[in-house]
Amino acid sequence: MIQSVLIILISVVILVMAFVAIYHKSLQVAVIASGIISLFASVAYIFLAAPDVAITEASIGSVLTVAIFFYVLNKIRHEDIKK
Amino acid sequence: MKILRNSLLLVVIGTMTWMMFNLYKDYDSRTTLNETASYYAEKGPDETGAANLVTSVVVTYRGLDTLGEVTILFLTAAIIGLLLRTEKDSKTVPLRQSSEFLITAAKVLIPMITLIGVYIFINGHLTPGGGFQGGAVLASTFILLLISISQRKIGHRLLEFTEAISGFSFVLIGILGIILAAGFLDNHILPLGKFGHLLSGGAIPVIYSLIGLKVGAELSTIILELNQIQRKDDTIS
Repeated sequence: MIQSVLIILISVVILVMAFVAIYHKSLQVAVIASGIISLFASVAYIFLAAPDVAITEASIGSVLTVAIFFYVLNKIRHEDIKK
Repeated sequence: MKILRNSLLLVVIGTMTWMMFNLYKDYDSRTTLNETASYYAEKGPDETGAANLVTSVVVTYRGLDTLGEVTILFLTAAIIGLLLRTEKDSKTVPLRQSSEFLITAAKVLIPMITLIGVYIFINGHLTPGGGFQGGAVLASTFILLLISISQRKIGHRLLEFTEAISGFSFVLIGILGIILAAGFLDNHILPLGKFGHLLSGGAIPVIYSLIGLKVGAELSTIILELNQIQRKDDTIS
């Protein structure tokens, strides 16, 4: 019972963060929101008895992807200023 | 334009919800495993000697697929390296000094996170996790290292060497499996050992450690390439 409630809460957070990622004006906030989606998804995977997938999601989805997006965003912003 | 985009999004979300609802509506969870899964669950621990069944499937039964995944990752890293190539004598812009907090925290955290990553892939046959997960954790340590010492330049040499050696050894162990045991990537080339101990499961810990090093080196190479174009000055003068 408490597990279902937690999973529903996590799903609601994921949905809200997905809408933030789509509709927020600032790209940095959108990238961080997509990282939070991965973080909560990894918690959901632990509840669904898949710890292997949870470790992958936590490290790749919420660390590596966010870092790569920030590197690329930084490069794009610099080129915008120069023009 | 904005109305069009929003209505398109609504249509996509609605379709997905409808599909999910239809899938879920008459879903009842199986009570028995199917044929392949029951074979793995019954014979797996005895045949491979690995306590983590997922690992015995990933490394031994479906070892060739794992080799394919590692190859895809290698190709991705190679293509990113090709596209983001920097000339040696290109102009560089100085980067901002990292903050004192970040440097101090990185000194404490880097050894601990590295230890967790190595633990994850060495214990891949006993606990959840394995080469890919451990490698990704190692690469996340590398990000912390890069942003904490943004001033210093880091060479590719060690990463490339690690990746080449571990990839070569992985294939070599696979070929040894053909010669000494039943087939490609068979884990019986080493004694199976005692079930549930660190040195068990034949060649599985060795193979998974090599995969962990290789994945870690590849992801770190991608991060390093992206980090190095940050300081490249490409104004057209």
